[in-house]
Amino acid sequence: MPDSTAAAVQVEAHGGAHNPALLHHFATEEQQRDASNLGMWIFLGTEVMFFGGLFCAYLIYRLKYFGDFGAASKSIDALLGGTNTAVLICSSLTVVLAIWAVQTSRRVLMIAMLIATMLFGLVFLGIKGIEYRDKFVEHHVPGASFSFEHVPIPGHPDQFANPRHAEIFFALYFIMTGLHALHMVVGLGIFTWLLTMAWKGRFTPEYHTPLEIGGLYWHFVDIIWIYLFPLLYLIDRHP
Amino acid sequence: MTEHTVSEHSKSPLTTYFAVWGALLLGTFLTYQAAKLDLGAFNAAVALTIATTKALLVALFFMHLRHASEKLLKLVVITTLFFLVILMALSMADYATRAWS
Repeated sequence: MPDSTAAAVQVEAHGGAHNPALLHHFATEEQQRDASNLGMWIFLGTEVMFFGGLFCAYLIYRLKYFGDFGAASKSIDALLGGTNTAVLICSSLTVVLAIWAVQTSRRVLMIAMLIATMLFGLVFLGIKGIEYRDKFVEHHVPGASFSFEHVPIPGHPDQFANPRHAEIFFALYFIMTGLHALHMVVGLGIFTWLLTMAWKGRFTPEYHTPLEIGGLYWHFVDIIWIYLFPLLYLIDRHP
Repeated sequence: MTEHTVSEHSKSPLTTYFAVWGALLLGTFLTYQAAKLDLGAFNAAVALTIATTKALLVALFFMHLRHASEKLLKLVVITTLFFLVILMALSMADYATRAWS
């Protein structure tokens, strides 16, 4: 018992009537929140450059091997990709609903929306897994067993795609969607932590910064997918 | 009581959130359907226009950039886009003007 009494005295002398979430080096809660937000946006800026290099590589090779990229893109299941886009959009909605719930003191709704976000994230990864499995079965994974023979180029039924060029498309496909999937896994980790914090009642209408910046990360990963979907799945779909 | 509820409801961002969600799903459907049409070189332009519109909707409404008041934050966002344009534009200034064999 003396331990907890001492701790209680310390807290009182230390924080007084302050919000315990307010750290020493910030003047106000608003300043603390703005600083966290700014830090997250700077991190997202580095992420844009990180993915930007891959998008640039994609752009260069797509201009160079347009027909081969079209043929390779057509072999991916666009319906699965489209479903995944819708799944991610729904998860972004549940993220903003979770933040709205905490702002209006609806704890149960906040927890439900966090769980829903994570479920959507898992569904996304599951569908991604099915897609990857198909590519392994079809020998479309770059490497020794890669095979892309006698696939006609869309719009030019008399010409076959060059397998070496199609392999570059699949390399970009696996690196870009794989890196995106890795971000989803990290996002699921962040949301597990947010869910634990929410469960313990750490978030209040006044203080829920982790939820906001975790949400920013999730939305960013959604935006990356919004570009990946048309660029990788929908190059040349018309018959 | 009722007046309070009504005024609180009118401030609620839920309508915006669901409208944006609907617009994003519609955009996904449109981009999927547009890819099936043969528009020649415009296929890519249509796909990228829809993708950018969707990305802007997410950034402005879900990530709350629309109500961002901090100038530093705006500076970070603009700097990011600026460097992305430099990356793409300077790379393409090289590759797009090469004589491919």
